[in-house]
Amino acid sequence: MHELSLCYGLLKQVEQIANEQQARQVSAIYLQVGPLSGVEIKLLKQSFPIASQGTIAEGARLEIENLPVRIHCRNCEEESAVKNNQLCCPHCHSASIQLLSGDEMLLHSIKLNQEPYHV
Amino acid sequence: MCDTCGCNVTTGNKHLLKPGGKLSRTADGQQSITVLKSLLNENDQQAGHNREHFEKYKVLAINLMSSPGAGKTALLEATIDQLKDKYRIAVIEGDLETENDAKRIRAKGIAAIQITTGSACHLDAHMVHDALHQLDLGSLDIIFIENVGNLVCPASFDLGQHQNVVLLSVTEGDDKPAKYPVMFRAADLMLLTKTDLLPVLDDFDPQQARHYLHNLANPAPVIELSATKNSGLSSWIEWLEQQIDSHQHTAITHAHKHA
Repeated sequence: MHELSLCYGLLKQVEQIANEQQARQVSAIYLQVGPLSGVEIKLLKQSFPIASQGTIAEGARLEIENLPVRIHCRNCEEESAVKNNQLCCPHCHSASIQLLSGDEMLLHSIKLNQEPYHV
Repeated sequence: MCDTCGCNVTTGNKHLLKPGGKLSRTADGQQSITVLKSLLNENDQQAGHNREHFEKYKVLAINLMSSPGAGKTALLEATIDQLKDKYRIAVIEGDLETENDAKRIRAKGIAAIQITTGSACHLDAHMVHDALHQLDLGSLDIIFIENVGNLVCPASFDLGQHQNVVLLSVTEGDDKPAKYPVMFRAADLMLLTKTDLLPVLDDFDPQQARHYLHNLANPAPVIELSATKNSGLSSWIEWLEQQIDSHQHTAITHAHKHA
């Protein structure tokens, strides 16, 4: 959708945390993305090196976990993995479901390098 | 999704919130920090701020989304004709270029703020906030935000609205809810528009469209209408008036609680 602008937003958050922690470098960024978030993982990965140039996160490893779409049925209490456009319960066909995962678009965690520079 | 109520904690990441999981130092001397914030955190905060503006003045905000050409502006023109004597209305128009839609609304005697996004394919909460500052919210009951015609990106950006209305015109495929689940899952109401054309279209089945929406486990009501031929509009107007009533009632109850 708008993966490059998402990357800029992500980097803003990452830079803020890195500054608070007085980190020297961001070595890795972990995201969690579900198919119902609308984010294309492939595009996000392509955008990241462009957006991160010249930032504290330049060269950081970007790892994106693709979370499955899972539901809990309020009717029959079953948990199921479902397709992103078939969210009703596959067991009892109820539409009274709770989405357990699949719509995430999260900055999950970051890894910082705080070792001082060796002169 | 927000970062305060815990809705960002899912089965996929909740183990990290257990003791010792939040912040830890790894063997190689690096520090790992768990953040668990939406990538749209900045937009979501701005949307929350917009919502505060709406609440303060008890204004109902409706976000209209659809593909380009599904009839959002025509629907607004017809809606204004029916409601402008009863409610104070304003419109925020989102388009890549031109003031054309805003001009159509202003021709009805209604304030319209045009946001031209340039190449951006959706409105975000910051753009809407800038537009809100050009309106006198205290003199309004309802604001329609006509989003950029696009079934992909607008679905992910909270603008601070109270209700999302998604239009699907019968000249499009009836399987659009299956093809664009993110958008149609976000709908609080689905409108099937241009239904006067149904007799000449043999490949759009309104029942199928409802079926695909149901498959998304979305209980949103569906209204069939034609804005230009003035059919089915009464159900839409009724839905809107219910929203205005319940919104103003909620706002008043809320105000009493804080009095």
